[in-house]
Amino acid sequence: MHELSITQEMLDLVLEQAEKEGAREVGKINLVIGEMCGVVEDSVRFYFDFLKKGTIAEKATLSFTMIPTKAKCRNCGKIFELKEFEWTCPDCGGDSLEIVGGKELQVESIEVE
Amino acid sequence: MEIKVLKDILGANEQIAERNRRLLDKNGIFALNIMSSPGAGKTSLILQTIRNLKGKVKVGVIEGDVSSTYDAEIVAKEKVPVLQINTGGGCHLDANMTNNALTNLPLQKIELLFIENIGNLICPAGFALGEHNKVLVSSTPEGDDKPYKYPMMFHEVDVVLINKIDLLPYVKFDVEAFTRAVKGINRKVKIFPISCVTGEGIDRWVSWLLVQMGKSISRR
Repeated sequence: MHELSITQEMLDLVLEQAEKEGAREVGKINLVIGEMCGVVEDSVRFYFDFLKKGTIAEKATLSFTMIPTKAKCRNCGKIFELKEFEWTCPDCGGDSLEIVGGKELQVESIEVE
Repeated sequence: MEIKVLKDILGANEQIAERNRRLLDKNGIFALNIMSSPGAGKTSLILQTIRNLKGKVKVGVIEGDVSSTYDAEIVAKEKVPVLQINTGGGCHLDANMTNNALTNLPLQKIELLFIENIGNLICPAGFALGEHNKVLVSSTPEGDDKPYKYPMMFHEVDVVLINKIDLLPYVKFDVEAFTRAVKGINRKVKIFPISCVTGEGIDRWVSWLLVQMGKSISRR
């Protein structure tokens, strides 16, 4: 459900950047989303189609790069993907971990005319 | 033409949250964002803490709910300033809603502000409000597997209160396994087992809270 406000914020950010560049139209929006944020791609697309109407992003499409949740073992330094119910290092069994990926929620770039 | 943007989608929310933080600091207020799933005991925690601090600290409360003023009415009986936000379906509070609430509270009469978020373990984790600390209430009947299911929430918070420990004999909840999982991804987190029904553990939580308030105010 937070996708509605996230999509609105994303669109506001895109329009602000596009206007700054003097763009007439936004073609493609490249997003980078960390798995940990719990953002559902279909839901963002649904809200986006609704919110973009009447803006210069009306014809824009969304491209998602999803980033898996990654942890770094504080004991041995190994970086690995964090799986549900497996929060230990696959190499040394350490359970003190630093999250190093999966929190991203970014507009990476936009294509404009 | 491709334009690099590389900006956080929730950057605008962060900016308003920062403004809220400055407003709170200027008024000498220490603010907590209280989060949990529905029914874990956020309101009960606030009530217990208010009673414990009666006559010592001036408390104010922002109550976030999808609808109703039920919680605000209960809290108002404690004779503290309280403001209800109804999100009308929204699943979390954001910095802007909090800002509106702050402008309608008597800030000069508040030293400690509780912001009770919407009951939800997903969305509130991503939206800063301007709080000084994020507090998660995780109750024993929910099970000890919650850190694995909602890692973002457990990663973001400063304190986890394990509520309803009076129910430990009846529910499947391994305090040690839960603590290990939470500490595994959040090294700085403080964990306090409490019961808002029996009052067990509340003193330890309140002592910690007073120390945090003191530290925060002396830093300003």
